[in-house]
Amino acid sequence: MGVVVFAIVAAIAVAAALGMVFRRNPIHAALFLVVNLGAVAVLYLTLGAEFLAVAQVAVYAGAIMVLFLFAIFVLIPVREETTPDPHRPIRVLALPVGGALLVLLVIVIVLGTRGRPSGTAPDGVQGIAQLLFTDYLLPFEVTSVLLLVAMVGVMLLSRRGEG
Amino acid sequence: MAPAPESWYLTVSAVLFAIGVVGVIVRRNPLVIFMSIELMLNAANLAFVAFGHRLGTADGQAVVFFVMAVAAAEVAVGLGIIVAIFRLRHRLSVDDLSLMRW
Repeated sequence: MGVVVFAIVAAIAVAAALGMVFRRNPIHAALFLVVNLGAVAVLYLTLGAEFLAVAQVAVYAGAIMVLFLFAIFVLIPVREETTPDPHRPIRVLALPVGGALLVLLVIVIVLGTRGRPSGTAPDGVQGIAQLLFTDYLLPFEVTSVLLLVAMVGVMLLSRRGEG
Repeated sequence: MAPAPESWYLTVSAVLFAIGVVGVIVRRNPLVIFMSIELMLNAANLAFVAFGHRLGTADGQAVVFFVMAVAAAEVAVGLGIIVAIFRLRHRLSVDDLSLMRW
């Protein structure tokens, strides 16, 4: 049962990722990425990471992708990637490079995950909350400063005129 | 319901990461390149969660939480930069962006 769910969701995730990369329209790419992020959220659920699944949908599929769509709509008059690509011979090399990277990663995974895993599944939301507010308390607080700095920086960047 | 072996999740993560790398190289629109970077971040997150599950700790999930926060900040700043560049250049192709100024 778990294997069937995994196979379906993984196929959706990979297909959406391929669609994102190989469709020319950036809006289609963004929507494919939403599908991919949702599928990965389901994979998190099957791994027992409920908090991350919800955060993935809320932060990634919700906030970040809406930001992307806004940016695409702001920049919509751009008809890019319809002109012939002057660097096409170089760009075609991306496929063998990506394939080689994939083969290397899979070799590492196969070599590295031999033997039985040791632990039991982490206990869901409580486990991550315990960690975030004890061991990772300082990084957690620093994250809030980071978000504040990013917000101020974006305001500065997107000011018209002397920006 | 027994989940699939972690190595399968790691393989999916590797596939997504490789697709993201291909996307960064192949595409010319900085927005789509940015989305491909998000895809790679997401693949790495999936690997973190899978390893955390394999080792039986929630540390992997905590790291993913921070990656999400950093990704949110990164997207905000990155899109701000892309929009600012577009305002300056009125073209949107990474091939044109070979200078640090103008």
